[in-house]
Amino acid sequence: MTRESVLKDLKERFKADIVEVFDKSDKRVYIEIKPESLVKIANYIFYDLGARFNIASGVDIRHHIEILYHFTIEDINLLISLRVRLPRENPQIDSLAHSFEGANWIEREMHELLGIKFKGHPDMRRLLLSDEWPEGVYPLRCDYKEWDKDAIRDRGV
Amino acid sequence: MAKTIVPIGPYHPLQEEPEFFMLTVEGEKVVDIDVRVGYNHRGIEKLSEMKTFDQSTFVIERICGICSTSHPFAYTRAVEDVIPVEVPERAKYIRTIIAEGERIHSHLLWLGLAGHFLGYNTVYMWVWKLREEILDAMEILSGNRNNYAMFKPGGVRRDIKAEDIPDVLKKINSIVPTLEMLLKAIADDPVLHARTKGIGVLSKEEAINFSALGPTSRASGVARDVRRDSPYGAYDKVEWEMIVTENGDVFDKVVVRILEVLEAVKIMRQCLQNLPVGEIDLNIKDIPPGEGIGHIEAPRGETFHYVRSDGTNRPVRHKVRAPTFMNLPTYKATVVGETVSDATIILAAIDPCYCCTERMAVRNTKGKKLYNGEDLIKLSQRKTERLREKYKC
Repeated sequence: MTRESVLKDLKERFKADIVEVFDKSDKRVYIEIKPESLVKIANYIFYDLGARFNIASGVDIRHHIEILYHFTIEDINLLISLRVRLPRENPQIDSLAHSFEGANWIEREMHELLGIKFKGHPDMRRLLLSDEWPEGVYPLRCDYKEWDKDAIRDRGV
Repeated sequence: MAKTIVPIGPYHPLQEEPEFFMLTVEGEKVVDIDVRVGYNHRGIEKLSEMKTFDQSTFVIERICGICSTSHPFAYTRAVEDVIPVEVPERAKYIRTIIAEGERIHSHLLWLGLAGHFLGYNTVYMWVWKLREEILDAMEILSGNRNNYAMFKPGGVRRDIKAEDIPDVLKKINSIVPTLEMLLKAIADDPVLHARTKGIGVLSKEEAINFSALGPTSRASGVARDVRRDSPYGAYDKVEWEMIVTENGDVFDKVVVRILEVLEAVKIMRQCLQNLPVGEIDLNIKDIPPGEGIGHIEAPRGETFHYVRSDGTNRPVRHKVRAPTFMNLPTYKATVVGETVSDATIILAAIDPCYCCTERMAVRNTKGKKLYNGEDLIKLSQRKTERLREKYKC
């Protein structure tokens, strides 16, 4: 297994699902894919290529919400980041938590901080935010305003 | 048998991170576990978006008191990956020295506390005395016992003086004989074997499925170490071994950590002896638009930072993933099926934040309190006493 063979294999196998491949450097490659084919590609990378799931990172870039799923193939020192773009109004995508346990928590985190819905997640409770946090307020969205300034001031912060 | 709920946590003054565990037990046996985090959610990712790239280094240094080097290390590497640049050789060596010093003191801290939980308070006192030597060495190198503030995007902030190196070498070498003796003592002690062997086993398949990291995965036979897989700093220029054991129980996690301390001493010694001369900083002025990823091997596993820049002097997005985020959910695989008196050490074995374990309180389902945290530590220590009498040592 080499870096080139892995990338070639991915490009051929998922020709219809890949939107764009950005070959950043020896150790990093960003692959933009269609959201509906995420589970298929992630499973292939995790199980067949023997990659490790690093983490996913969501970001709100005004026009849409973007999620990057980072995988490392340790043998060839390659970090593959799968990029999906979701509409900002109703961002939803299939959950990876059934495929491998490592994706469970980060999806809960992105759900509450960015308001992304993960279809089929087994346990979509809050992970980080407190129970008093209002519904529908997502702190990592770019239009987030401090939701209740008075409450924070009252606590002397 | 009636099920009882054991809430553990969430706050303890010893710890940097509060967590809450809800154990469901049948008699002595744990049948289910639920974890809640977020009691100390400080919004550092959001805060980092409001700081400049340079200021962020100081903010994220304060994410964790014990891993205060791993986060700036991963972050600066992520920023350097945006540009992309390679830092000067001397800066790489200095970064490696600081990172390994942190690994030594973090592992020793864990070892001491693990000894305390098992009722080996002598180990606790000894090991924490050794840790003082390392903290002193770090003070010589950086001026601080912790939160070293050595890192900046493009290099390091402070040089290592040649006249300090002999003192530092003497201090780090002084811990080796005691650790070797400790290793032999652990290998010979039947009580310790009875308390830790075969307890809280994380199988290789589970370690891969949970994407476990660092000593937690290496004790389960998953040979994964960012220092080896994706070399950074000076790790590809010095001699060292990756420690991997097969059983995945608490005993193996102890052994992996002690051996890693010895390897870290080796790495530190070589780096100090072969420190190249030259610049320590690139003086980066502008960060272009783009995205970068930095991941390094912290004491507990891989720390992962993702930075996205839009060409201004602030990051648009800064994602921080600490190793415990991936290691913590493995409790589901390790604690279920074990007894309550072993839960303390299994929960401690992945080296999370300890707050939880000392705040244990056993309640029945009506909420009547039966045991508090100290009682549970006593429970764990009494088990060791019983075993000691059994093995007569």
